[in-house]
Amino acid sequence: MNKLKISTSPHIYSKFNVSKIMWVVIGVLLLPTLWGIYVFGVPALITILVSVIGSVFTEWLFTKMFKMKVRLYDGSAVLTGLLLALTLPPSTPILVTFSGAFFAIGFGKMIFGGLGYNPFNPALIGRAFLLASWPVYITTWSAPIRKGLNMVGIPQHLIDTLSGIPQNVVDTVTLATPLNALGQSIDFVSNGTITPDQLNSIQHVLYSKSALSNLFFGYTGGSIGEVSALLLLIGGLLLIWKKIITWHIPVIYILTVGILGWMFGGKGIFQGNILFQMLAGGLFLGAFFMATDYVTSPMFTKGKIIFAIGAGILVIVIRRWGGYPEGVCYSIIIMNAFVPMIDRFTKPKPFGYVKGVTK
Amino acid sequence: MGLLTFKKGVHPPDMKLLSKDKKIERLTPPKILYFPVAQHIGAPAKTIVKKGDPVKVGQLIAEAVGFVSANIFSSVSGTVKGIEDRLNFLGTKTSMIVIENDEKYEKTEFTLLTDLQSANIVNKVKEGGIVGLGGATFPTHVKLSPPKDKPIDTVIINGAECEPYLTSDYRLMLEQPQKVVEGLKILMKALGATKGYIGIESNKPDVLKKMHELCEKESEIETVALKTKYPQGGEKQLIYAILKRKVPAGGLPMAVGVVVQNSGTAAAIYDLLKEGKPLYERIITITGNGVNEPKNFLVPLGTPINYLIEKAGGLKENAAKIIMGGPMMGFAITDLTIPAQKGTSGIVVFTDKEVYGEDYDVCIRCNKCIDVCPMDLAPYQYALLGENERYLEAKDWNVLDCIECGSCVYICPSKRPMVQFIKLEKAAITAEMKKEKKK
Ligand code: SF4
Ligand code: SF4
Repeated sequence: MNKLKISTSPHIYSKFNVSKIMWVVIGVLLLPTLWGIYVFGVPALITILVSVIGSVFTEWLFTKMFKMKVRLYDGSAVLTGLLLALTLPPSTPILVTFSGAFFAIGFGKMIFGGLGYNPFNPALIGRAFLLASWPVYITTWSAPIRKGLNMVGIPQHLIDTLSGIPQNVVDTVTLATPLNALGQSIDFVSNGTITPDQLNSIQHVLYSKSALSNLFFGYTGGSIGEVSALLLLIGGLLLIWKKIITWHIPVIYILTVGILGWMFGGKGIFQGNILFQMLAGGLFLGAFFMATDYVTSPMFTKGKIIFAIGAGILVIVIRRWGGYPEGVCYSIIIMNAFVPMIDRFTKPKPFGYVKGVTK
Repeated sequence: MGLLTFKKGVHPPDMKLLSKDKKIERLTPPKILYFPVAQHIGAPAKTIVKKGDPVKVGQLIAEAVGFVSANIFSSVSGTVKGIEDRLNFLGTKTSMIVIENDEKYEKTEFTLLTDLQSANIVNKVKEGGIVGLGGATFPTHVKLSPPKDKPIDTVIINGAECEPYLTSDYRLMLEQPQKVVEGLKILMKALGATKGYIGIESNKPDVLKKMHELCEKESEIETVALKTKYPQGGEKQLIYAILKRKVPAGGLPMAVGVVVQNSGTAAAIYDLLKEGKPLYERIITITGNGVNEPKNFLVPLGTPINYLIEKAGGLKENAAKIIMGGPMMGFAITDLTIPAQKGTSGIVVFTDKEVYGEDYDVCIRCNKCIDVCPMDLAPYQYALLGENERYLEAKDWNVLDCIECGSCVYICPSKRPMVQFIKLEKAAITAEMKKEKKK
């Protein structure tokens, strides 16, 4: 007989474990990843590989250097690398991507003590670092190589209806990502390059059915992983169904952005377009895969709701009044900082709690 | 009616198949038996026999001290060999009365109650040493003596047996359901309750059917099907599932007019009042993949665990962990001379493959533990605070409301030992509160 083991109850455990969670999330992300590779081709594949390998390498390096617990196989570094890559333009230079991965893992996670201790989402930290260091690379988008589409995902015959608008404006619209196109055209009105009527016709094509459906299905320019809202949605629903995440953060976050985007996302109030605001940019990627990151999101349901609403507000504030056309990355990082406070204020009441009764 | 249940909880594999179809066998007592004087919640009983004394089956050998305490009886006839301090299942030492079995099984006479009046019943239950047999071992007569301002309208019999592996209540309810029903009636009478429920998990359809048939004629008693979910048999969970009443945090079931008793306890009360048998034997499941022939035994209390295991075909080569009680709340033991006692519902033996060997990991804040905690607590905090030895702070996180069900640890992807820290924290907090009271 073996020596009998001893431990505190319980003596049985579910099969649920950390690496299983990570690999399921990675598996689910394969949908948008493969799509990104399909529409953007080899550069996308290279960016993804560099980011993942860079992350795993950095994790290994820190583990060795600081004698930390080896958890290379649990998939958490792979996931961070993949998530980072999905927020990058396919054409990001290899060294830039690698630095992003290094920063994400090294300074976004390992420096705090590794998995479980990092206050901010590591992938977003990596992206924010790149945005601050090499803004040009990170905002140089390429058009999808398939389908012969332009960046913004608007069919040519609709572009052709934009007569009488200066060529540089049309170029801006067609060569930018959808959110950029909107932001810049609003600026063009403010500085008098185009008339409000012309803005209306630009918005008309941006919000046209075919433009929105291209956004939804993933035929626009943008980052590798954020082009197809549909696939991200499917992935997200899979995670909810598999009980890996709950619906609270993604649904409330997306709806907050939609509603506030409708109110404040255009020139003047209630001039925005709900669908456009929800589908454009990395919102779905951020909502389902970044804002729900276990380590950096609130523990309690009430807290998740506060977190999601806060992030939603920040997205619109940044998109409309901030310096960047896209606000998802920063909105989540900022809300990450509030998580300890949110947790403290949303501590649940125990079962059978009676007000005023203390034990 | 659909299946009744509580919110949250977990679904561990029930593993009852191992011993489910094994009829209850009466176990021949061993040669030497050990009777701990502390095998219930409350004050240890006072030994009233001494070395060399002859004893009979059902003879009082240790007497309750004070109200929250319980009498202890010999389960064999023979001679007292001595009083020894021996290791118990908690890993501490308890005074135990050692009795040598003379294999004659002479019985003491126990007077039967002819007049079943409430006060008489309670006294008799106290005399018979009955405690909660589900594992909590709270003296039953205390539960049957609620203060005047807390009238009890409902008695619930806990037949959920929500702990995986265990089948002792199942076999009891299948083979002797009338004992449980009669026991419930006695309990209702003792408390003046007008309604009785027998709650049984849906994974025991045969028992449900039997009980339904038995209760059909009884207008005041109802059998209810509960969802198979852990910890369905937790008192507060059971009361909520059946009556939708919430026992106030920090309060007892009597605060909402309810008393809960385990089905085994009900049967023990029947045995006591109708057959004159005080509590000196109980049904115990010996099971798990690490034992050769899983069994349900009617065990004379005081029987050492190794004897029980031997009668269940012995341990397998790869047995690696032995649990006294169920796998969710039971205690791992290493000394197999520890005796079966009133609260022993089962012995579960795990093989090396079933034992989790690795160290626990960091909290990844997945909030799974929160999602399953039936008491709506924040279990992850208890491990975090515990790791830093900040035990007292756990009070602000309501650790005293924890029922130590283990659901949080069961589900945790990092297998963090919340319950271990919870026990430490509760101990530290209670000690601190005692200190403050003294001031
Ligand atoms: S905290 Fe206590 S009551 Fe909640 S799941 Fe864990 S052991 Fe059970
Ligand atoms: S289940 Fe475990 S890892 Fe998840 S939050 Fe609770 S303690 Fe942390």
